[in-house]
Amino acid sequence: MAEQARPHGAFDAPSDAHDPIRAGYVLRLGDDSLILGQRLSEWCGHAPSVEVDLSLSNLALDLVGQATLLLGAAGDADTLAFKRDVLDFRNCLLVEQPNGDFARTMVRQLLFSTWQHLLYQRLAVGTDEQLAGIAAKAVKEVAYHRELAGEWVVRLGDGTEESARRTADGLDWCWRFVPELFEVDAELEEACRCGLAVDPRSFEEEYRASIAAVLQEAKMAQPADQRPILGGRRGHHSEHLGHLLAIMQYLPRTYPDAKW
Amino acid sequence: MSDWPLWEVFVRTKGGLAHRHVGSVHAPDAELALRHARDTYTRRMEGVSLWVVRSADIVASDPDQAGELFEPAADKVYRHPTFYDIPDEVKHI
Repeated sequence: MAEQARPHGAFDAPSDAHDPIRAGYVLRLGDDSLILGQRLSEWCGHAPSVEVDLSLSNLALDLVGQATLLLGAAGDADTLAFKRDVLDFRNCLLVEQPNGDFARTMVRQLLFSTWQHLLYQRLAVGTDEQLAGIAAKAVKEVAYHRELAGEWVVRLGDGTEESARRTADGLDWCWRFVPELFEVDAELEEACRCGLAVDPRSFEEEYRASIAAVLQEAKMAQPADQRPILGGRRGHHSEHLGHLLAIMQYLPRTYPDAKW
Repeated sequence: MSDWPLWEVFVRTKGGLAHRHVGSVHAPDAELALRHARDTYTRRMEGVSLWVVRSADIVASDPDQAGELFEPAADKVYRHPTFYDIPDEVKHI
């Protein structure tokens, strides 16, 4: 990747100026995967056991792999990942939330992977050949993420008193970021109109039912709806993303000519 | 986790071959043992099928009895199929 990185410039706009709608949509997907992959990689060496450490690292690597392909479809992947500032990221707010404890991380994963799985199933049979190809490859990875996160949420929710309390706290933290996953702004509406994007509202019911089923099996109460927090798709991020980027971007920004 | 039971992991590397023991994982139950085995031992395309079995369920021979169990076979060389020519094309025999 680094070989192709442009050392200067192109700090914000996706480089595919020919089709800004497409580049903007692919950027959203790529940023979701990139930021969640970076978040999960923070667990490396800190997970509850060596087996879970590997599970989380595998999820992280899958997501960073997706990001490499998606950002590559939106422009130059390295430039987009390492040379953009926080306001130019288009990921949803859920993926940038701090890991918290293992329960919160697994709740976040369930809420995101379920959404990503339903979305990618549809993108994989979409009209954009490149995007369909990326989604078809990723959908198997994401199916596994969804199942794994679901199994953990069930075990933690229906586990000990402490694990149930931590799972409830994790749900409470993440729940307000779910509505953003189904928000359709003007940009997404345009991408849907030209047949490129999938309107997430088309699978919202299926999503809600799937999450409710997991929570029921986990003997967890579904949290009351909170005031939704939106804005990630417009670059209005929580304070947490800046800290994540500072770590992720430190090396290529400090040593722009570094190769690896 | 220290209170999770241990599971032995067997991987079939490709169709037609037997499952081979590759190591062990800790996991709270069978389903997660399979997931841990997948994440630990098949990350580099090593397998097409996985078995896990609780280590506690394996019945092992007693090393102290190795003499009576295994040594009687040592001087019966005629039991080895070494007197046949095996064609190069035959693998995994």
